[in-house]
Amino acid sequence: MTASETRIVTKRLRERPDDSWTLAAVKQTGGYDSLRKALAMDPPAIAEEVKASGLRGRGGAGFPTATKWSFLPAGVEPRYLVVNSDEAEPSTFKDRMLVERDPHQLVEGIAIASYTLKVHHAFVYVRGEFALGAERLSKAVAEARAEGLIGPNMCGSGFDLEITVHRGAGAYICGEETALLNSLEGDRGFPRIRPPFPAIAGLYAKPTVVNNVETISTLPGIIEMGGEAYGALGVERSRGTRIFSLSGNVNRPGNYELELGLTFRQLIDDFGGGLAGPGPVKFFIPGGASSQWLTAEHLDVPLDMDLVTQQYGVMLGSGAVMVYNQDVCPVRVALRLAKFFAHESCGKCTPCREGTGWIQKVLYRIEHREGRPTDLDLLLDVGDNISPGLNAPFSQTTICPLGPSAVSAIVSLNKFFRDEVMAHVKEGKCRAA
Amino acid sequence: MTPIPGAGEILARYPSKRSALMPLLHAVQERDGYVTEAGMEEVADHIGLTAAEVLGVCSFYSMFKRSPQGKLLVSVCTSVSCMVNGGEELLAALRTRYADDPDVTVEEVECLAADDGAPVMQVNYEFHERMTPAEAERIVEDYKAGRITARGPSGVSR
Repeated sequence: MTASETRIVTKRLRERPDDSWTLAAVKQTGGYDSLRKALAMDPPAIAEEVKASGLRGRGGAGFPTATKWSFLPAGVEPRYLVVNSDEAEPSTFKDRMLVERDPHQLVEGIAIASYTLKVHHAFVYVRGEFALGAERLSKAVAEARAEGLIGPNMCGSGFDLEITVHRGAGAYICGEETALLNSLEGDRGFPRIRPPFPAIAGLYAKPTVVNNVETISTLPGIIEMGGEAYGALGVERSRGTRIFSLSGNVNRPGNYELELGLTFRQLIDDFGGGLAGPGPVKFFIPGGASSQWLTAEHLDVPLDMDLVTQQYGVMLGSGAVMVYNQDVCPVRVALRLAKFFAHESCGKCTPCREGTGWIQKVLYRIEHREGRPTDLDLLLDVGDNISPGLNAPFSQTTICPLGPSAVSAIVSLNKFFRDEVMAHVKEGKCRAA
Repeated sequence: MTPIPGAGEILARYPSKRSALMPLLHAVQERDGYVTEAGMEEVADHIGLTAAEVLGVCSFYSMFKRSPQGKLLVSVCTSVSCMVNGGEELLAALRTRYADDPDVTVEEVECLAADDGAPVMQVNYEFHERMTPAEAERIVEDYKAGRITARGPSGVSR
């Protein structure tokens, strides 16, 4: 049987493809009904609904949202909500869609979360390159304010909420929450050492919750259907739905909102229209560029956040799944990813600043037929300096996970494609087309 | 020199003046085409920083350009999904085509979060998906001829 999408977060933008971002369409499709419903509840009751839903962060780490919220110390104000829309993990493209095509859903989610958390000023950090997204979100905020849906005395509730849209300027590291906070404070996007965690000392050293766009955009749906009903979807501790960004060598790349627990094969075949080009699947990257890789033998693994990490050492991460056919050279993919991480390393921690550069250079000489027989082991040694043990979940000698993320590809090369790497080195040839 | 457009409104958005630094740099770039040294000094004056402190932030972010650019900034993605769908060939073709055109700056960029439309380019931060070299050139020419209205140098609607 062919699986189908379960559209909660993507419902409006799929049903109203031509105008889902407009206030008119939002009003016609029950927009802000969940906010009004939430405002009639006590904030702790809303938090209970979110807890019952089992919602976990959709940005990559998968931390339970209600638990993250519960870390805010009682009675300390002001406190802030910061929404992370700095989506830049290679091959992840769900948040851009949500911001461009359903910005009012995000505003509604922000209002629900802010009311729940007693936050009166929320920020959305939008990736700088998302010009259209920032424009539509700013317009949605202005419209919502003009309608009295947010702003002073929002919806007549007596609760005040300001939302500020902040544009980034091109730095992947700012997707890391503490780097994002530094950037929002007008500084370089350097990650901060934790503790203190943002819940205790975040933006302007005040208690702060940082949540991903998809996480916050899911709140109106959870309030509408009830936490228990949302939590009835999914598998094990992966509850509800997630948007998977499918790309690479597939016939129908795109964003698909799926109940968690379906398999990679279903995602690729039922939704993506199957592999494009010569099969079978050579390898796939299951959770964004930071994840280790899987191969054709893992296609029937379920989309379960904990199982993929515990049994296969990979992660669902940001929900990006990249699929490659037999013509693709894994060394070339690893080199391109290494170039990305070397470019985006912020330079604060030595193992990452130096190590990502070494990884790129050594992969470059392997790819260009100048590799040495010891190069793969050299790469693993460099990786071990960044992420001792080379395990998943990883350990790290760095403040943030960017460095360990750069190691994932070389660990995967060693695990699945050692022969192909050595063929580059010893025979001076690439086995892929 | 004209004041930074919208500076007062930008500063009012934040509990801390310093948070206005990046928005003010975007505004300077919109006004001047790139972030000039004079622009950084103006931003510093608004916030109460030195120009060197502003430069220290400005230079961290790839969208802030500190030298004159073409009126059109063509950003071509060559990250992994675009790479296996022709992104590198697209970049090479556009670099060759516009090598001597002062109005067009072609740059290689990291993933633009539009992988379902690979290969992807942006022209002044407007997305164009499923590009071929010929189609991409046609679009850039449409911008040059004014048949498509370009966003500003920081991606603001005109």
